[in-house]
Amino acid sequence: MRGFLTVARLTAHEAVRRRILHAALVCGAAFLVLYGIGFHFVERDLRAHGALSMLQRAMMLDFFVLAGLYAVDFLCVATSVLLPVDSVSGEIASGVMQTLAARPIRRAEILLGKWAGHLALVLAYMLVMAGGVLAIARLMGHFTPPQVVPGLALIGLECALLVTLSIAGGTRFATITNGLIVLGLHGLAFIGNWVEQIGAIAGNDAARNVGTVASLVMPSESLWQLAAWLMQSPVMRGLHATPFATASTPSGAMVLWAAGYLAVVLLAGLRRFQTRAL
Amino acid sequence: MTAPVIETHGLRKEFGDKVAVAELSLEVRPGEIFGFLGPNGAGKTTSLKMLLGLVRPTAGAARVLERPLGDRRARARIGFLPEHFRFQDWLSGRELLELHGRLGGVPAARRRAQTDELLARVDLLDAAHRRLRDYSKGMLQRIGLAQALLGEPKLVFLDEPTSGLDPLGRRLVRDLIGELRARGVAVFLNSHLLGEVEQTCDRVVFLKQGRTVHELPLAAAEAAALTVELRLGPHPPALLADLARFGRCPREEDGLVRLEVERDDVLPELSRWLVGQGLALYELRSQRKSLETWFLEVMGEDQRPG
Repeated sequence: MRGFLTVARLTAHEAVRRRILHAALVCGAAFLVLYGIGFHFVERDLRAHGALSMLQRAMMLDFFVLAGLYAVDFLCVATSVLLPVDSVSGEIASGVMQTLAARPIRRAEILLGKWAGHLALVLAYMLVMAGGVLAIARLMGHFTPPQVVPGLALIGLECALLVTLSIAGGTRFATITNGLIVLGLHGLAFIGNWVEQIGAIAGNDAARNVGTVASLVMPSESLWQLAAWLMQSPVMRGLHATPFATASTPSGAMVLWAAGYLAVVLLAGLRRFQTRAL
Repeated sequence: MTAPVIETHGLRKEFGDKVAVAELSLEVRPGEIFGFLGPNGAGKTTSLKMLLGLVRPTAGAARVLERPLGDRRARARIGFLPEHFRFQDWLSGRELLELHGRLGGVPAARRRAQTDELLARVDLLDAAHRRLRDYSKGMLQRIGLAQALLGEPKLVFLDEPTSGLDPLGRRLVRDLIGELRARGVAVFLNSHLLGEVEQTCDRVVFLKQGRTVHELPLAAAEAAALTVELRLGPHPPALLADLARFGRCPREEDGLVRLEVERDDVLPELSRWLVGQGLALYELRSQRKSLETWFLEVMGEDQRPG
């Protein structure tokens, strides 16, 4: 436990000391300022447009909030993969890991400490960014999308899955290879999801199945899809008028699959790290 | 008799088809300064990593501080300075020692006291708050040494500890090793600088192509292998055969009689015997074989520079 806490704290300390957190927060603040300016003008035009009903206005705002959260999700995906990608493989290659592992702590504590430290940073980043988007919508448009808590929890699970893959991959692959594999898997899930949506709209079961298989291979994107589905009104879902109102919605079973996937990847990483030569 | 701090029997490590260490069999006693010698690529670093639990052996048996390899209780009493070590360069010197003290389970109060003490000992007290990335190579090596000595270890592994150090830094390492010896701490020293090893080690073991091939005591009391040179008046040819009772390989070269003796207390006995035989003894000179000569002899002519 001592080693776990020390390594987790060291990971957070490193992010602060190496100005990774500063860079993320400055870019995040720039994003939120831009989003706030955009939201201000959209909301002003919606208000000025007398012909729109309350429902239409709410749908437009919901779409704009989901667009903001989609951008946040994209930033979180990139951060979840890139922030920890060098943490294990880089330290093994440079020899920093040898001095850590020679200390009287379990190797599992090192890996779990790094995992927890990075996960805490990514989740904090996600909450600040998504919280910023939601706060802008609340303050400027007096609008909050439905089911925000489960929605954000799903985005959090997506981040956790990617952090886990990035950390566990580092026990086996070199940094660049690892980054390419994790981003490649997410890309596969992303395109698979579109194939699934198009298949659902066109009534093509084969295309739909391809998408489902892609989501099973890498469930990250379907977690976002489910989060977006939850955070919109039933009317908006039914209209299929936006890219977020999906024709084929991931089920609760996919969430369980993703959680199990995360656990298996983490265990595989621990097992590999336990026995590998440092 | 106290149990050895390191005991290995036929330790072996293969990486795929490549045999990194073929057979490591050695013993290090408590408080001993032990030199581990071998050319580049002989398997020294892999051997050291096996003893530290960083690499799992393919075969063989070993105990370190009376515990199995990699045991955490043993690791709590081990210090380690890796070769070409890298640390988190965004930490300050003091933070690095704090981190390793915490990882080593040293209680907070003792950790602070030891950190101050070690920073002073390696002459880095004034640079303690500077980040490691701003340290010179010598300063990094010294903070690495301080890190290895945290937690009052009973066994310290030093992999090329004088690499990158100027003569003052090297003297500091020698002094520190002397202090460890005085405290009964065993040191496992891996170094290419044979002069350093000769000055500091009690005993060395040679590793050749992944095998421990030769052991040589260096401590004064056990000092071995002197070459004795005798300049004698006329002597019978049978003399060389008679000299075999005093040492190995008696031979005549360049008008001198040479032989190898194990200990210097043979010398008075040898001179008495020669005079007793009625021989004219003009000169008796003994020379210790340098570690470099030993190294080259043990490794043989088939070795190529690594």
